[in-house]
Amino acid sequence: MNDREKVDKTRRTLVVATSVAGGVASVAAAAPFVASMWPSERAKAAGAPVEADIATLQPGELRVFEWRGKPVWVFRRSKEMLESLKAAVPYLTDPESKHSEQPKYAMNENRSEKPEVMVLEGVCTHLGCSPQMKPAEDKGEMGQDWVGGFYCPCHGSKFDLAGRVFRGAPAPVNLKVPPYTFVSDTQLLIGEDKEKKGA
Amino acid sequence: MKSLLALILFAPLAVLGAEAGYRLDKSPHEATDLVSLQSGARLYVNYCLGCHSMQYMRYGGLEELGLTEQQIKDNLLFTAEKVGEPMKGPMDPKTAKQWFGVAPPDLSVVGRSRGADWLYTYLRTFYRDPKTATGWNNAVFENVGMPHALWTLQGERAYDREKHEWREISKGALSPVEYDVAVRDLVNFLAYVGEPAATDRRAIGIVVLFFLGILFIFTYLLKKEYWKDVT
Amino acid sequence: MGSRLQALWGWFDSRMPSAAEQWRIHASEYQAPKNFNFWYYFGSLAGLVLVIQIVSGIFLTMNYKPDASLAFGSVEYIMRDVHFGWLLRYVHSTGASAFFIVVYLHMFRALLYGSHRTPRELVWIFGVLIYLTLMGEAFFGYLLPWGQMSYWGAQVIVNLFGTVPFIGPDLALWIRGDYVVSDATLNRFFALHVIAFPLVLLGLIVAHILALHDVGSNNPDGVEIKKTKGADGKPLDGIPFHPYYTVKDLVGAVVFLALFCIVMFFVPEMGGYFLEANNFIPADPLKTPPHIAPVWYFTPYYSILRAVPPLFNSQFPGVLAMGVAVLIFFFMPWLDRSPVKSIRYRGVLYKSWLAAFVIVFVILGYLGVNPTTVWGQFGFNAFFLDTKDIATWVARLCTIVYFLFFFLMPWYTARDKVKPVPERVTYHH
Repeated sequence: MNDREKVDKTRRTLVVATSVAGGVASVAAAAPFVASMWPSERAKAAGAPVEADIATLQPGELRVFEWRGKPVWVFRRSKEMLESLKAAVPYLTDPESKHSEQPKYAMNENRSEKPEVMVLEGVCTHLGCSPQMKPAEDKGEMGQDWVGGFYCPCHGSKFDLAGRVFRGAPAPVNLKVPPYTFVSDTQLLIGEDKEKKGA
Repeated sequence: MKSLLALILFAPLAVLGAEAGYRLDKSPHEATDLVSLQSGARLYVNYCLGCHSMQYMRYGGLEELGLTEQQIKDNLLFTAEKVGEPMKGPMDPKTAKQWFGVAPPDLSVVGRSRGADWLYTYLRTFYRDPKTATGWNNAVFENVGMPHALWTLQGERAYDREKHEWREISKGALSPVEYDVAVRDLVNFLAYVGEPAATDRRAIGIVVLFFLGILFIFTYLLKKEYWKDVT
Repeated sequence: MGSRLQALWGWFDSRMPSAAEQWRIHASEYQAPKNFNFWYYFGSLAGLVLVIQIVSGIFLTMNYKPDASLAFGSVEYIMRDVHFGWLLRYVHSTGASAFFIVVYLHMFRALLYGSHRTPRELVWIFGVLIYLTLMGEAFFGYLLPWGQMSYWGAQVIVNLFGTVPFIGPDLALWIRGDYVVSDATLNRFFALHVIAFPLVLLGLIVAHILALHDVGSNNPDGVEIKKTKGADGKPLDGIPFHPYYTVKDLVGAVVFLALFCIVMFFVPEMGGYFLEANNFIPADPLKTPPHIAPVWYFTPYYSILRAVPPLFNSQFPGVLAMGVAVLIFFFMPWLDRSPVKSIRYRGVLYKSWLAAFVIVFVILGYLGVNPTTVWGQFGFNAFFLDTKDIATWVARLCTIVYFLFFFLMPWYTARDKVKPVPERVTYHH
């Protein structure tokens, strides 16, 4: 290698080394700026778990709680309502909830930790409207086959009493089940799993 | 480089402590002393929060002092329900203004506006004064509207402004040395709340300077290499 | 891989050949004098600080609320609840002061080496316009935290505009958008600070650099390198800006960043000069702080304002003096009548006056930060002093020297005994 080539090689090495060091420095400098865009402590505090008192919740009654800006439904299912879940299965897109979001303890036929207490995010999985509860008696409006569930007024999606979507609806998946814990038999903590804190 | 003199003028702006009067003691607190900070937090919640909110400080932030969420809930969470909420005081500002003449200010950043030395001296120089509305006055902050919130700990004293003499009237629950330690802890806490990120900031700074040192070596070698061309 | 990159470049270059042309004109073939020294770092450093301020400013704007009831709280929100928000804040506050340190040193370089002289008068004029715009930008930005100093500083400065004869009160009302500094003022200062003035600043900086590149850079010897060209048509004392000055300015940038980070991470308040203690008290329209002072980079002019006593029952003469003190910089290219550019070849008169100017500038700056009683008072009240404060009398003396530096310049620069200027630059490897 002659002198000129040696000089070029030295320069190339130095340029590469400096560029690498500079690249690392730039990424490190950018990191706090990018990090600042994640939810702040204020957003996290506002999104903290919500307590739900269900001591006086009657069978068939639905209460709405706000968590992270979304409506969360807590309703008590009667024995008839639980039995109707089986009747709905042939009409459902995803009866085993393989494609929807729910915690591990809701991966069962009732989609809930305790069969009588159902917790659902009241947000239609189509485009985000909040569906209305339509009990089994509403056969006039919902049709003779109606076994009870929810109806979304925006584009007509229907869900059963476990939040599972009916075939033919524009909504693609079952309603989401949020994380929740039973603090006691009459108190729920919506937004927090027993296994990990701060879901 | 005479213009660089401007850079070297580190004279602190003693604007606020410039009451031509009481000499300020240096606050002996250490920002890394977690026990002191926890003690300060406890003192604040018990003696100060009733009137003075710290609206920019969340209860949950106290976990940085080495406390668990449960400990905060059990011992410190008086004016809020959730640990994520800010430390607001219960006193309504309008009522407070009626009682004290001025609403007790929020103390979130008092560690930065007044400074630790001022606070340390202020909290130790209250004295009995029958002429004021509260019966208390302060050597550092003359005619302050605040009564001596910690008087049960320090006891009562009298102060002669002309002669600069202190006289004990009654004893408090703490000895003078113990009281100074308590105030030190409280001031430590106030300084912390003024800027919770302070210790992180310094730690990150050291890492950053180290990296810049490495970067300097590379860029300097690169410069020297290229400038061999220039004769 | 290499040939694919080349193909990609070829695609781009054939569709926008002006991009590569601009690179050649302004970097890889821009002939810069080879004898640039320490004083020549500050131009590129000013560009670096500009980028730092814009980037940190954008991220601050994501979280700041320009509302009188929310502003102070939103800054504390940034300091505590936003991840690394404290870093965003300190970058921006340190950057503001760093910008002025760099710009003042950059301007001083011009005074040292005659960079304002022909044919670079327009570069200088754009530069002074940048300086004025930067002062406005800093002034608007300082109101945003809505602390005591923010509020009352703005109140005082806007009231200065109110002293202009005839139109003053209406002018102040128009600037404020209200009868006192209020939410209306805050909102409009936010708009000016975040978008209006930065755009103006960017435009002026582009003009500043284009005007410079069209005539070529000056150098510490004040020698015009274009006068001595080689056979290839390039100045003998010139070297292409890229790679030589890109590589050198990179070192300068790293050193600057180290100093910047020392301040930002260890002493962001800088003893109260960069972040004032009083500004950690929320703005209170009913309670004026005992001592109002602008941030350090304005204090020399503030000193001049305070030094001039009221005349004809108006504070306007003081305002006028302060205004002239800034605007007089525009006239430098025509006030300087020396046959030589660089201080290296000037005589003792210019060197003395420049030294005096710097000294009084610093003293005026120091006095501007402090109350007028900072150095105590005279025991007597001599009629010509018209004040008991020693500081005011010194400020008046310094103001006179400040103005004489400019007003007498045509005389002492012409009279000065100069040394012969070499044909080629002085450069030792």
